[in-house]
Amino acid sequence: MIHTGILEYKKSRYFWWSLVLIIVCVMIYLTQSADDPPNGGTWQGYTTGTIGAVLIVWLSLLGIRKRNYRSRSGTVAGWTSAHVYLGASVVIIATLHSANQLGWNIHTLSYVLLLGVVLSGFVGLYYYLTLPQIALKNRNGQTRDSLFAELFELDEQGKEIATRCSSDISLMANSAIARTSIGGGVLAQLLRSDNSKVKIEQDNNQLLVENRDQARVLQIIANRIPDAARQSEVGPLRELLSVLSRRQAVIRRIVRDIQLQGMLRIWLYIHIPLTVALLIALTMHIIVTFLYW
Amino acid sequence: MQTYQIAIIGSGPAGISAAARAAARDQEAGGEHTHILLESFDLHAKTIQQYQKGKLVMAEPGYLNLRSECEFEEGKRESILGSWADTIKRYNINIRYGAEAVSISGSQGDFEIKLANGDAIRAINIVLAIGVQGNPRRVGVPGSEDPLVQYQLDDPDEYNNEDILVIGAGDAAIENALALADNNRVTLLNRKGEFSRAKEGNLNAILAAIVNDGVTLKCLYSSSVKEMENISDDTLSVTLNTPDGESTLCFNRVIARLGAIAPRRFVESLGIEFPNNNPESLPELDKFYQSNVAGIYIVGALAGYPLIKQAMNQGYDVVEFINGNDIAPADQPLLEYRFSGLPFQLSVDETAERLRARIPMFDQLNALQFRELLIESSMTVTYPPGPEYTELSQKLTTIEQGMDSSMSAISITALRQEGDIIYDRGQFGTSFFTILAGEVLIESTLDDGEIVKATLERGEFFGEMSLLSGHPRLERAIAGVGCILIETPRRTMLKLISSNSAIAEGISLVFTSRELQRNFAPRTSLSQLRKLAGDIESIQLKAGEVLYREGDTEQVLYIVKSGGITLSKVVDGSDIFVHQARTSSTIGQLALMGDTARRETATATVQSEVLRLDRESFLALVQSEDAPIEALQRDVADQISSYTKMEVRPEAGKAIDFMLDEGLGEATNALIIDESLCIGCDNCEKACAETHDGISRLNRKEGPTFANIHIPISCRHCEQPHCMKDCPPNAIRRADSGEVFINGDCIGCGNCQTNCPYDVIRMTAEAPKKPGLFQWMLFALGNGPGESKGHAASGDTNQVKKATKCDACVDLPAGPACQNACPTGAAYRVTPEQYLALVEEKQR
Repeated sequence: MIHTGILEYKKSRYFWWSLVLIIVCVMIYLTQSADDPPNGGTWQGYTTGTIGAVLIVWLSLLGIRKRNYRSRSGTVAGWTSAHVYLGASVVIIATLHSANQLGWNIHTLSYVLLLGVVLSGFVGLYYYLTLPQIALKNRNGQTRDSLFAELFELDEQGKEIATRCSSDISLMANSAIARTSIGGGVLAQLLRSDNSKVKIEQDNNQLLVENRDQARVLQIIANRIPDAARQSEVGPLRELLSVLSRRQAVIRRIVRDIQLQGMLRIWLYIHIPLTVALLIALTMHIIVTFLYW
Repeated sequence: MQTYQIAIIGSGPAGISAAARAAARDQEAGGEHTHILLESFDLHAKTIQQYQKGKLVMAEPGYLNLRSECEFEEGKRESILGSWADTIKRYNINIRYGAEAVSISGSQGDFEIKLANGDAIRAINIVLAIGVQGNPRRVGVPGSEDPLVQYQLDDPDEYNNEDILVIGAGDAAIENALALADNNRVTLLNRKGEFSRAKEGNLNAILAAIVNDGVTLKCLYSSSVKEMENISDDTLSVTLNTPDGESTLCFNRVIARLGAIAPRRFVESLGIEFPNNNPESLPELDKFYQSNVAGIYIVGALAGYPLIKQAMNQGYDVVEFINGNDIAPADQPLLEYRFSGLPFQLSVDETAERLRARIPMFDQLNALQFRELLIESSMTVTYPPGPEYTELSQKLTTIEQGMDSSMSAISITALRQEGDIIYDRGQFGTSFFTILAGEVLIESTLDDGEIVKATLERGEFFGEMSLLSGHPRLERAIAGVGCILIETPRRTMLKLISSNSAIAEGISLVFTSRELQRNFAPRTSLSQLRKLAGDIESIQLKAGEVLYREGDTEQVLYIVKSGGITLSKVVDGSDIFVHQARTSSTIGQLALMGDTARRETATATVQSEVLRLDRESFLALVQSEDAPIEALQRDVADQISSYTKMEVRPEAGKAIDFMLDEGLGEATNALIIDESLCIGCDNCEKACAETHDGISRLNRKEGPTFANIHIPISCRHCEQPHCMKDCPPNAIRRADSGEVFINGDCIGCGNCQTNCPYDVIRMTAEAPKKPGLFQWMLFALGNGPGESKGHAASGDTNQVKKATKCDACVDLPAGPACQNACPTGAAYRVTPEQYLALVEEKQR
């Protein structure tokens, strides 16, 4: 294979590394005897703890390796693959180190933060493995830019057809195009919340109403077709409906693409701060341990 | 009527420098004009006048000294033109503007130059300095010389909100009209009813723009201009002949793109001969720049010197030559350095003459051409390890230390030891070697691992395979006893081949002989094969041209000399891709081994050349004792089984078709992104920018996608790089490992950008300097990785713009940064072998 994913990198070599590491740690753990029950403070506990701490520091170095573009220390894809497998193994190693002695203290805080980091990492991994293909299918061979170009093209077509419709329809179609809202804040992007509006005429008043997913404007035009005032209006109305429906489809693709791209990024905003918190808690955990030795 | 001693036609760098020298001589002699400078335009140096405003003009090559009355150093277009205008005044140059020479009659001593306005000029000698650009074809109606009528468009962004008439239906007119329509109201005037001369891409774009109401562009078909009249400072009234009768419209500007009248026809009308019909060929000149018509001298680009400084030096020299002063050319010191390590102590001229006499192939060159070849080539001398070697090595080191920094681009004789490898199998090389003395050993490795050795001697050459096909070297070349070599760069060699048919044929014959040897008779000597090679026809194919069709019967096989051939087959009514043959591979051999009917259609993927080997020649070849018949049969069997595999996987064929369309058929190193793995982080672009002075040379989002294969805008490092075709300072080079890169000599002319069919070259200004990673992270200083805030906008003409393209990170030990920086393994640069693996992957 020319292209290999994160998990298959070099025939999953880091999976085997991690497995070996876990087995070694389990064996170290099992050497703890009944007179000296499993504990973070035995030599075995110190060993697994040191391995875990070193791993955590190394794992957090990925952010630096990623930005060191001239690095000769292997490809980022290799680092990522190792990051995933070794990162997952840290949970087991840290658990062995803790020997299940949890409580309301700084030590357990580190452990909980570690679980949070790894969990968010798994979410990210899941996204990385699945979303690109979903996005590819959604864009259907196009790029985000070309989707937008298509949308603007349809906007122009819609406006042109609207000039041939009655004034209320024209007003509505133009306002629906002008007030289409795509994206927005982080939440709006991730939740695909749609703040699109449309101006409609009701009892000689112009009202601005919601037009989520362009549904309302399409509904009104569709309703209007059997109810058209003149026969000659039907043609433009049907054309308009068709163009606005295509527009709806393109908007859906764009919004979905924005959402997927957002998801590919958002988890890092949890993963990274948690990592920083973990590094701080870990440092305190180590200092405190030695202080009260 | 006065008879001038020298009439100079064309006031470009060469012409103006010649005129300045002649004028300086006139001043010394007392002031009377014995020269005249004729310029068809109303300003001097038309081509430079038409450069974009503020464009920086470079003064390459840096090591060459300027010898001219005119000043010239790197600077803005305005300052250079200004200084030349001063020179015209200071030396009282007798320049006549608007004087277009249309014909020349008479002979040396009594030439008569007829001008377009009917005047005639008499001269003893004529210096042609008209360049190669030609004059734009004029509209030729009343008012067509108004300043609001222009024949070139430098920067479409200069104009805003204007009514513009674009005249013409070719690519230039269409491209200008489309670019202007962004900010202006454009009318395109087409004399015919359709766009028949335009490239397909332009045709589609213009037709789409015409029907699109959102684009402020309309087209008038079957219409022409009757007359134009200036009615105010910024308005022209234009009367048009349209199918509906005359109509008069107002425009702020008229841009006429009616093509150029190439200067060749004019030059030929003077009786000056060109060596052949190749459009790139240049007239033959003697060492005084005199053409075959006595008294007519040619300097500048038309003489084969496209760089400004060279042309100016020539202008100076030619006037001295005409005055009987046989001065040494300004580039003499370059040759002195080049010859400094040669084992014979002769003057530069004598050495050059001696070298030329030794090599049969160079007999074909005149002194001027040979001199240029030597200047552009490098020279290598070989000694066995020992005192002689040490002595010369010390001598060369001393010379090198004596050179100051401005001479860093001058190359002195290179020194090698006997037994050194000149090049090795698998290296990309673009240069061509000629043996001036001694021996060179060539070692080729056969399929079964056996090594066959051959010795080449004085007068023979090697390296032609990579030069002509772009394929990496197939053999190893080793410096033998007493060998002296000249290594000529690709550009020089190609120019020579295109201008000299005897050299072209000679090289081609050896190429064919060596291909036959490699494929069919590895142990037969070249001299035996040469006769056979002489009968073998070489066929040129344009991209898309069919070599043979399914069902044809012919007993012929083809060897791909350059380019690539796609084999396809009709299955269930649709074309299915079955194979792509790259350079140095053979196709159609089955026709000579039993099955005479073609089972596939062979089409040229890109511009290609193939050797046609018929049954008779083939039998003559394989009857020799050492013919690798088994290997040939095995190849055929492999081919058949692979073709059949493809037939049953039509969707794989489509994917490959797509990749071929995108130029992967001629790529040696192309970036391919697997979209199903790409998370859109743009780390590849950031890595590219970070490792290349802040400017990314790849555009991830752009570029086509098929299934999940995305080919971003990024250099493919073509086998025969289109960009290298026409680089005046020869700044585009190919590394031994294949990377095509642009070095610091770029003069920003943009030729490579125009020549690249994949749009991967951009003209960019330098990016601002970046802080270190930690400075950026901790103190938010400047731009971080991948950021380019505050980067000069593309419209800023005060910045020097140079060509930038992917160099496949030739200088990074870790290899391509884009690929290394991809966190998911989506970005991958593929070699031809990996590309084939990708094809096989699709077959599974």
